[in-house]
Amino acid sequence: MTAPPDDCLARNEWLCGEYLSTRREILLDAVLQHLQLTGVSVLLGLVLAVPLAVAARRWRGAAGPVLGVTTVLYTIPSLAMFSLLLPVYGLSAWLVIAGLVLYSLTLLVRNILAGLRAVPEETRQAARGMGYGPVRLLLAVELPLALPAAMAGLRIATVSAVSLVTIGAIVGYGGLGNLIYSGMNTYFKAQVLAASVLCVVIAVAADVLLLGVQRVLTPWLREARA
Amino acid sequence: MNTLSAAWDWLTSAANWSGEGGIGNRLGEHLFLTVLCLLLSCLIALPVALVLGHLGRGGALAVNISNAGRAVPTFAVLVLLLLTPVGRHGQWPTIIALVLFAVPPLLTNAYVGMRGVDRDTVRAARGMGMTGGQLLWRVEVPLALPLILTGVRVAAVQLVATATIAALAGGGGLGRIITAGFNLASTPQVVAGAVLVALFALLVEGVFETAQRLAPQWARRGAS
Repeated sequence: MTAPPDDCLARNEWLCGEYLSTRREILLDAVLQHLQLTGVSVLLGLVLAVPLAVAARRWRGAAGPVLGVTTVLYTIPSLAMFSLLLPVYGLSAWLVIAGLVLYSLTLLVRNILAGLRAVPEETRQAARGMGYGPVRLLLAVELPLALPAAMAGLRIATVSAVSLVTIGAIVGYGGLGNLIYSGMNTYFKAQVLAASVLCVVIAVAADVLLLGVQRVLTPWLREARA
Repeated sequence: MNTLSAAWDWLTSAANWSGEGGIGNRLGEHLFLTVLCLLLSCLIALPVALVLGHLGRGGALAVNISNAGRAVPTFAVLVLLLLTPVGRHGQWPTIIALVLFAVPPLLTNAYVGMRGVDRDTVRAARGMGMTGGQLLWRVEVPLALPLILTGVRVAAVQLVATATIAALAGGGGLGRIITAGFNLASTPQVVAGAVLVALFALLVEGVFETAQRLAPQWARRGAS
């Protein structure tokens, strides 16, 4: 009979290089699931948010209900949101995605709408005077000018989604949250700490990446600053 | 439709309202945690924000702390606290995590409110011979009140949400009805718990909304 190994795993230490090297596969899978869930949700949210915001801008009557519904959705705590979707989606990844889409949608609609509303009336009139139709006005003038506000919303939505994915652990689709959840049940300190730190790293990396995208997409703002 | 009527049956059956794990007790726990932690975080965040705002220092900290708070998963903090020695002291990990996540919106909103006070007004008050303390309490705080209250409202809603997640890490409150439902594989109970949590959160939001509507005109500026 061999003696039990006396490494940091056996001693259940917070920082454990042994954990990172032996559980590399598990960590990588969890990170990938985390990225997939976040990416799909935020993209779906964006696809839905743009037409909603444009509609709310065009028809004044639509703005009140759209903002009201998004406020109500945003107030519902994440765990309750996932639970309310349980009868619809069952224990699946779509349950987590649907919940996250609703949150991203809320943040994005509000920000895009604020950006569209901030387009100066003179700019719009000038475009119309140059013969721009409503569609071209929207695509070539209004949406580009609303881009900084929209990107700010996208960054907040993405960072929030990265953090909220962890709650998906309740249905087994929580990316790194799964590791935190199982680490809690088994009192596995190294796993909980590693997964938590990775969550924050993903959030910060996504934020920096989107900031870079924003810089590339809005060159006119860079010139104004210089 | 079946799930909804089953959830309704679960909510209306008297047996689910009484006892240690009953709705009544869980509701009390949730309310207690929310109110206690809101008071604690106001006591911690507001003095700091008011002093920093009055002096015009530490702006980067006050603003960035909100972004940092968003990037750190609530659930991760709860579990990390649970595994530290603090975790052996009953409700304390939950209370600490709740306060940690309620402080950023309070701090940021109060600071931004204080700095948003018209500089000419501040100069006029100084010119009238007001001391620092008088300036703070008679000019800056009243004018910053709408945003301070918005911060309290955001923090309160955040607290309700965080207290729900605390149930995942063994804390009390209405979230326990949801987690118990998941453990029993009882979809009606999960939905019933979620409805209770959602209603509680909307109620808290509604109370602050009404309070801001009823407030005098000058205190309403930040309400939207």
